Amino acid sequence: MSLWNSLEKLGLALFLLGFGLFLYLGPSPYRLDGEGLQKLIDDGKIYGHHKDLITEEFQPLLNRDYATAHAFLQDADRKITEVNERTDSKIWDYDRGQYLYSLAREASLTPIKGNLTLWFLLTIGLCCVGGLLYFLPRIPQEPAGIKNNGTFFSKVKSRGWIGIGFGVFLIGFYIALYFFPAYITNWIRLADPVSRALRGWDADRWFFYGFLYTITVAVMGVRMMVQYRHSRYHLVRTASVMFFQAGFAFLLPGILEALNRPYFDFKNAWPLNYTFFYDYNLNTYTSSAFGWFLLLWGIGLAFLLVPLFAFFFGKRWYCSWVCGCGGLAETLGDPFRHLSDKSLKAWRVERWLVHSVLVFAVLLTAIVLTNYFTGQNGGEALFAAIKEPVKTTYGFLIGSIFAGVVGTGFYPLMGNRVWCRFGCPLAALLGIIQRFKSRFRITTNGGQCISCGNCSTYCEMGIDVRWYAQRGQNIIRASCVGCGVCAAVCPRGVLRLENGPETGRFNEVSLVQIGQGRIDVT
Amino acid sequence: MSQEHIVILGNGIAGITTAREIRKRSDHRITVISAESDHFFSRTALMYIYMGHMAYENTKPYEDTFWEKNEIHLERAYVEHVDTENRRLQVSGGRHIEYDKLVLATGSKSNKFGWPGQNLPGVQGLYSLQDLEAMEKYTAGIDHAVVIGGGLIGVEMSEMLHSRGIPVTFLVREKSWMDFAYPPEESAMINDEIRAHGIDLRLGAELERIEADAQGRAARVVTKDGESIPAPFVGLTVGVSPNIDFLKSSGIELGRGIQVDDHLETSAPGVYAIGDCAEVRNPKPGRRPVEPLWYTGRIMGQTLARTLCGEPTAYDPGIWFNSAKFFDLEWQVYGQVPAQLPDDQETLFWQHPKERLAIRINAKKDGGAVTGFQLMGIRYRHEVCHEWLEEGRPIRWVLENLGVANFDPEFYRQYEGDLIRLYNQQHPENPVKHRRRRGLKGLFQLRRAS
Repeated sequence: MSLWNSLEKLGLALFLLGFGLFLYLGPSPYRLDGEGLQKLIDDGKIYGHHKDLITEEFQPLLNRDYATAHAFLQDADRKITEVNERTDSKIWDYDRGQYLYSLAREASLTPIKGNLTLWFLLTIGLCCVGGLLYFLPRIPQEPAGIKNNGTFFSKVKSRGWIGIGFGVFLIGFYIALYFFPAYITNWIRLADPVSRALRGWDADRWFFYGFLYTITVAVMGVRMMVQYRHSRYHLVRTASVMFFQAGFAFLLPGILEALNRPYFDFKNAWPLNYTFFYDYNLNTYTSSAFGWFLLLWGIGLAFLLVPLFAFFFGKRWYCSWVCGCGGLAETLGDPFRHLSDKSLKAWRVERWLVHSVLVFAVLLTAIVLTNYFTGQNGGEALFAAIKEPVKTTYGFLIGSIFAGVVGTGFYPLMGNRVWCRFGCPLAALLGIIQRFKSRFRITTNGGQCISCGNCSTYCEMGIDVRWYAQRGQNIIRASCVGCGVCAAVCPRGVLRLENGPETGRFNEVSLVQIGQGRIDVT
Repeated sequence: MSQEHIVILGNGIAGITTAREIRKRSDHRITVISAESDHFFSRTALMYIYMGHMAYENTKPYEDTFWEKNEIHLERAYVEHVDTENRRLQVSGGRHIEYDKLVLATGSKSNKFGWPGQNLPGVQGLYSLQDLEAMEKYTAGIDHAVVIGGGLIGVEMSEMLHSRGIPVTFLVREKSWMDFAYPPEESAMINDEIRAHGIDLRLGAELERIEADAQGRAARVVTKDGESIPAPFVGLTVGVSPNIDFLKSSGIELGRGIQVDDHLETSAPGVYAIGDCAEVRNPKPGRRPVEPLWYTGRIMGQTLARTLCGEPTAYDPGIWFNSAKFFDLEWQVYGQVPAQLPDDQETLFWQHPKERLAIRINAKKDGGAVTGFQLMGIRYRHEVCHEWLEEGRPIRWVLENLGVANFDPEFYRQYEGDLIRLYNQQHPENPVKHRRRRGLKGLFQLRRAS
């Protein structure tokens, strides 16, 4: 027994060491030399007529030592501004971001450059091994069953200092990833070996993020499986999210890129995938036979498969079996599921917010498509003036801040489904189908409910499951993602996720009422 | 119907169900008085607070704003005396509260049977919020605990202490856990489950006395066999009795509990009693006069609310059902599955060869009408079992259709086939076919049947 316990402790130590080294590698000194600058130009990282301008302007910066990324980037940014002041051919924001990122990556004097594989193993590798060593020895140490002992006393799980610290780290990480990638080039570099193996070239921030995401889902998926190993529903479901993340979100798009095909995530459905109908994507799709297939697949997924499957199985088939956001929420987010707000007020906010985002997403797509089609054949494109601002606003507010910074950063503070519950337009759409036209429901078992509250407490979507269970009423809620944890934590066997005929879905007879007189609860 | 002031004593499941059902049906003035807590919480969830599965807030089935919204007035007070003559209550602090109708739903208190040391600090049962607070206080920093009494609360207390890493010795008087209520096979499974979690379960062990340390706190438990076990905390879980001492001065007829007639009315007109504290004078066959049970409290509350709203309704709890969870082992029962099989019945019992999973179905020898279902580690559908019991469906018919009763989560293995194979081994002359598995077809048929 103590052997297993020691392994567990070793796992934690290895994880902390790996994570510590990861943090340690974040900052580094910076120094750009002429050779490096030339390399960026040769590699096409700095392109077009900017090449000469930048080479000239950056001469005073060369071979200067900077203690931090910030100091270096401040100078580099100023230099680009000066370039812009001297010339009519401006470096626009997109290029500016790319250049700063490439310059920082090149100028960083990080030890990773000396031994990439070693540092990869010492950081991400140690975290994975440590995590697995921490979770797996639980199997021989205690019988399978619900493992919520101490959840509400935990410094990690219940907004203790570790939880808050973790939240702050995640929020910072997402802000850097989305808005200041030039500051985290050392971390991004860690994914180079994998990116080279899969695609043949170095990692960019999105590859790094995708890789980190995938292994997090994998390692924390193992945790989820250990935690719920008595429940075949959870074993199968967790395996499913791990598979879809690794296969559909990570490997397949990488392989497509390696084959010089467009990046495509076959499970990412509109309107969650809000850029699907953007003009640059439509242009890509309509320029090859394979592209047309992708276009048809994407449309079929969003308008045929998603609603049809939602009719048969509820939104769970997507949200807690396939979706990437759901996959992270059900694995990394599982320890925080009880932090969701169950109040009526939160429910009200949820309905307004999530449906507003859906409306916003639909409007965005309508504007983009109208603009695209009216602009064809030399016509005057409608919405030309507002298209870009709307795209930028959605991308910033919903795509980055809501889905990323708040959606995941707030796991340890507000629970693991903040994005899915309050922000995801696809979840809103699926929810409407689930509520009004679906065979899915959570059935309650007669009069067996004791109102203990485990179901409501562990509902990540903040549904007050008990409200329905104690009156023997089926739970049919737009937000339910069908994770099945309410049914698992119920000590009296009251809840069951079911697909069944629509007849009688709402009007269940109930044995909660007096013995002989069964009464309609509605 | 004129507006009356209905005062309910106790904000547990019985009292609160009454209040809510009255509010659904009328605009009577409703006051609920509790000395225990400001708001209704789920008593069955107390263990989960201690184990860190939930916070107290999570155990409240309704938001705090619910009561005002529904015009259910809540009072935090202790009632010292009930004056049935003048229909008024004397509460601590000298205040009086008048009532038109009074509902007594004061629950239980933990039993003590006169053992030396039973009142020492660190010795307690687990029933109220205050018990939980005391348990929190007296188990802080201890390295051993003893739980005495082989009931569900004893298992819960063992589980609670175990969750905090406190080694538990669990003394049970019976030769096997609750062998007076469970058939030997199920009882043995529960013994095994308790032991599998590392609890030192001592069967056939009885308490002699509890000894104190120098500070006057519980320190050791001595059994009738003379064994002395270190016990800085003692869980005394030897059942509960109706909490009725405050009524001795009221003149209301009391037995073990507050005696009530078929309409749940006490000997005092306009005064009713429900839940743990009530003693039904003429219980239905197979039922006990006092049933300290969540479900009983709820059904009584529903029944009484009808009577109080002008629709006199006799108490009929219907077909017996119950459930519990012993550590990780779930148990459900529908109908009667006693420890001793009645002579006119036969039993079909299947048990998984390795895991703690079992299905038992009892039926009449004559005609085969089913009389009870008992499930260990498997979930069955209440409505379906209820219906089959009510209709007295013959066992062969039930077995053929048994898939419909299965309520386990999707992807779980279904064992109805194994049960039927066992039946067919016992009745090779006339085998049963496994006709209805759980699934879509079965669901269609179920809806039609109900």
